[in-house]
Amino acid sequence: MSAATVTGPAPRKVALRHRLAERNIDRTLWLLLPAVAFIVVLFLYPFLYGLQLSFQPEKGGGALANYREFFTDPYLRKTIWTTLGLGLPAALVNVLASVPVAYLMRGRVRGKRALTTILVVPITLGTVLTAQGLVMYAGPTGWLNRVLLKLHIIDTPLTLIHNWTGVFLSLVITGFPFAFLLTLSYISGIDPSLEKAAATLGAGPMQRFRRITMPLLAPGLAITFTLSFVLAFSVFPSAQLVGDPAGSTRVISIAAYDAAFQQFDYSMGSTIAMIMAVIMLIVVGLVMAWRSLLYRGATGGKG
Amino acid sequence: MTDPHFRELRLAGVSRRYGTQHALSNLDLTIKGQEFVALLGPSGCGKSTALNCLAGLLPLSDGSIHLDDKRIDTLPPEQRGFGMVFQNYALFPHMSVRKNIGFGLKMRKVPRAETARRIDEAVRLVQLEEHQHKMPGQLSGGQQQRVAIARAVALHPPVVLMDEPLSNLDAKLRLEMRMEIRRLHQELGLTTIYVTHDQEEALSMADRLVVLRDGFMQQCGTPEEVYDFPANAYVAGFMGYRNLLELDVTGTSGDTLTVRGADLTLTGSNRETVTSGRAVAAIRPEDFVVGVVDGNGVEVTVEIAEYHGRELSVQAVTKTGRRIYFRTGERVAPEDSLTIGVPAHRVLVFRADGADAGVAGEVAAGVAGSLPSDAGVPHPATAAS
Repeated sequence: MSAATVTGPAPRKVALRHRLAERNIDRTLWLLLPAVAFIVVLFLYPFLYGLQLSFQPEKGGGALANYREFFTDPYLRKTIWTTLGLGLPAALVNVLASVPVAYLMRGRVRGKRALTTILVVPITLGTVLTAQGLVMYAGPTGWLNRVLLKLHIIDTPLTLIHNWTGVFLSLVITGFPFAFLLTLSYISGIDPSLEKAAATLGAGPMQRFRRITMPLLAPGLAITFTLSFVLAFSVFPSAQLVGDPAGSTRVISIAAYDAAFQQFDYSMGSTIAMIMAVIMLIVVGLVMAWRSLLYRGATGGKG
Repeated sequence: MTDPHFRELRLAGVSRRYGTQHALSNLDLTIKGQEFVALLGPSGCGKSTALNCLAGLLPLSDGSIHLDDKRIDTLPPEQRGFGMVFQNYALFPHMSVRKNIGFGLKMRKVPRAETARRIDEAVRLVQLEEHQHKMPGQLSGGQQQRVAIARAVALHPPVVLMDEPLSNLDAKLRLEMRMEIRRLHQELGLTTIYVTHDQEEALSMADRLVVLRDGFMQQCGTPEEVYDFPANAYVAGFMGYRNLLELDVTGTSGDTLTVRGADLTLTGSNRETVTSGRAVAAIRPEDFVVGVVDGNGVEVTVEIAEYHGRELSVQAVTKTGRRIYFRTGERVAPEDSLTIGVPAHRVLVFRADGADAGVAGEVAAGVAGSLPSDAGVPHPATAAS
């Protein structure tokens, strides 16, 4: 305060800057600018544009006409259940399958790096290549069917693609590595001495997993499930390539695509996209609500 | 708690290898019921390995462990029923203090009322009554430490294993908890095996010390035995931070012998039937006095004098450059030249077997503490591991 009397108005400016700095408001915030601009231009603006577009139906009939049409037309309405019927099981299977694998690989395991690399390859390949591989491997004249036929295990080829199974397999192949990597990082973050402590207190392997590892892992699994679900819910390429896009795997993203780019009804396309977002948010909200009931503090590990 | 839970815990030839590396070699040790045994040594000496082998968290490469007549090294940890206190406490972060303490009782399917009574008892024992409903994350380090101990003793295990339980606490708390653990041991009569690298901790707490080095047991005895009658030059250096001076034997008569170097000649007591050749004279810093004693006098120049209240901790150098650490009540200053002496029975002479360089490093780090280390002396950690 004594400095203020000596130098006049200058310290007040310094003091303001100082006060802002204490709340972490300083010039480094400008570094956020590119990210903010990116989000505004590529996400926020298209989203808001689509939102208002969805309330301006091309065929008229009021702001909510498109929404009314979506929920009254069984062909459109059904896409919600088709998508959930693919996305929920796929996400669940991916998360559940990743837990035992990650659990076994949480410590120092020989060949961990090699196995991790193999598991990650499908992510880098992308859906289209995976779908092509699936056609060659599991198609009617694919290796799998030919081997099974030769061995007389089956009489007629199994139909593993161009139906629900094909899309489901594709979602698992591309989604599992993703779920596995996330689960592995969550499980590695749990201090291994906790399980050792439980062992010295008389807990067998199953009890250690159930009472120590699982409760500490569950919040991470909720996040993993959410992200896996969001990925599976927006399934489009595999539903087209290895699915039955006109029938059993006509997912909501295909409906949106058809509306926008086959019928050139952008408004309807936007409406379907908005409905898709709301459904995703509902599922994510439910999972996060469950997560908020769990212990979410430190897990004792390093990472 | 007066009756012992068992007569003896016997380790026979216990070894543990990691690949080609021997973490623990051929440990033979018999621990009596209700005894407090400290495993002592620098990091990498195998003391934690030994503890983990006892707990069942590490399988043995060789040897066996018996509790009275029952072989236990083949049992998984959950069936051994030893309590263990981990260095980082390993409290279950998602359970309250009470649930943590009661975890073992729950696993053992102890009836609910009995569980509650035993938890109350353990909580009272470690004086955590007001914190019993908190989560571990809300507790201070010392309180977490108490929970870890309460959890380990709530089951009334035959043996409690403690892995450097005080190393994460500050100095004052460490002294308090040291008393606390000792009090618990006396109150409950639990057999305790305590791993530490801190000789002061081991000396003050244990009934018996086991000094380990590179996986080999160096000496096993009461604190007095190990401190006053070290078995070899290594233990002499480690216990009491003795100066280890490598000299030539020039003559022996009975239990005393004379050793000399270019810079000093000492008469000392023969500890390992040395007759000729190289030998190591081990002398505690506090055994030196200013002046000549028993004909032992060494001319030194003071390099560094650290003020420690009642006395000074001094690093001095002989005319050939050999470093000697001593403590004195006299006020000496750097550059002072003086003669220091030591009673002959305080000069312990051992065989000079190879690895003394590491021991000398131990001494330098121990006494000098913050003094700049001599470039010629290897760092204790590298020498010991």
